[in-house]
Amino acid sequence: MTAHAPTAVQAEGVGLRAGRGGRRRDLLADCAFRVPRGAVCGIVGPNGAGKSLLLSAAAGLVRPHSGRLTVLGQPAGADALLADVAYVDQHRPLYPRMRAAELLAMGRDLNPRWDHDRAAELLELGRIPLDSRAGSLSGGQRSLLALALARGKRPRLLLLDEPLSDLDPLVRRAALGLLLGDVAEGQGTVLLSSHVLGDLEEAIDHLLLIDGGRIRLAGELSELLAAHRLLDRLGLLECQAGLAPWRVHPVDPVDEEPRHLTLVRVEQETRTEAAEAELPRLEELVVSYLRSPSVAGWLAPGMRPGRYGDADQNGTGTVAA
Amino acid sequence: MKYQLRRSSGTPAYQQIIEQTEQALRLGILKPGDKLPTAREVVESAVVNGNTVLRAYQELQRRGLVESRTGLGTFVVGTLGSADRVDGSGLRQELEQWMTRAREHGLEREDVMALVVSVGDACFAERAPEGRAR
Repeated sequence: MTAHAPTAVQAEGVGLRAGRGGRRRDLLADCAFRVPRGAVCGIVGPNGAGKSLLLSAAAGLVRPHSGRLTVLGQPAGADALLADVAYVDQHRPLYPRMRAAELLAMGRDLNPRWDHDRAAELLELGRIPLDSRAGSLSGGQRSLLALALARGKRPRLLLLDEPLSDLDPLVRRAALGLLLGDVAEGQGTVLLSSHVLGDLEEAIDHLLLIDGGRIRLAGELSELLAAHRLLDRLGLLECQAGLAPWRVHPVDPVDEEPRHLTLVRVEQETRTEAAEAELPRLEELVVSYLRSPSVAGWLAPGMRPGRYGDADQNGTGTVAA
Repeated sequence: MKYQLRRSSGTPAYQQIIEQTEQALRLGILKPGDKLPTAREVVESAVVNGNTVLRAYQELQRRGLVESRTGLGTFVVGTLGSADRVDGSGLRQELEQWMTRAREHGLEREDVMALVVSVGDACFAERAPEGRAR
């Protein structure tokens, strides 16, 4: 289980501020989570929630004003991480005058593990000629070129900010397939932000949901889903009246019509009793939590920060964040 | 062997992999000794998380249908149904003729499948279903 896999990214009491100078404001406060190595972790949240900020902090470009952010066992931004971490910013900064071939050559010269074929595969997806200048490419092609440079580096941690947002549906699937294939072959860990949940549902195995300056959900996706159920009105009434053999924390109605389902989090000790009830899908889980900001968040045991391998020992599975 | 995973079907991706493998075994498309696609191949073509594929392959191994050989891949070791007995029996051809007639009568695919399941249930009622995925 991933609870015992070594850690790729760990946050302990991390606070992050956005903006510069006098306009700085706290965006994320007291974040605590861990992402194990080998994970494909989706970072989800509304616009402005701090997804990009968290990614750039993991890349070492923004310093936390409080707490500790650790990447592959080192403080985020440590020089030793340069070869191991790749980051694709949502603005895809590329030198506009440079040609694709020159950027690839730069990637080769700067990175000890450079893999030309892995980069070239993504250029082919976008039909990007090697002699085209970065500044002349379409938005989607720029995304693919930036992804190519990051993938060619064979990073142990790949940080992607909305990597698929301007790709057409076919290229989007193909690009995501390549990245997932790398992870399946043991080539590192991926953290990617997206607000297109459909892209993520089958792709990710871990989830970080950020909203209102906090981590609302963190954990292995299957574990997060398994901790929740969808109940119809009768089921919910039975629970609230204490007639059901399990205890739940209602989050939010999922659909008003026609079934009046409500998402609930089931207390771990009573979860086996709830086996019959319907599990939510990713989108239902995320939307419910976003619609109910007053409900306490939940960190699955394996995502709670701790020393390698012992993250599970201090939690009972029902602690609200 | 190529998996066709459908997102909207409501069946989890890992279960679709199990069902399609079993289907291929039943139809004789996969035979003992055949190699299943690598996790990378499935992940790339179906765009699913690698753990999904591994979980499905582990379940197939638990059912005694495939075996993972370290560094080589996952291989078919078991059989399902009676693919050999179908070959040469003419059953497939008869079914094809029957299906063509059903289509000529204006039946949709769903109508035909419902009919097949219903007649199948009646004919095989006394026999326990073997090895069916949940």
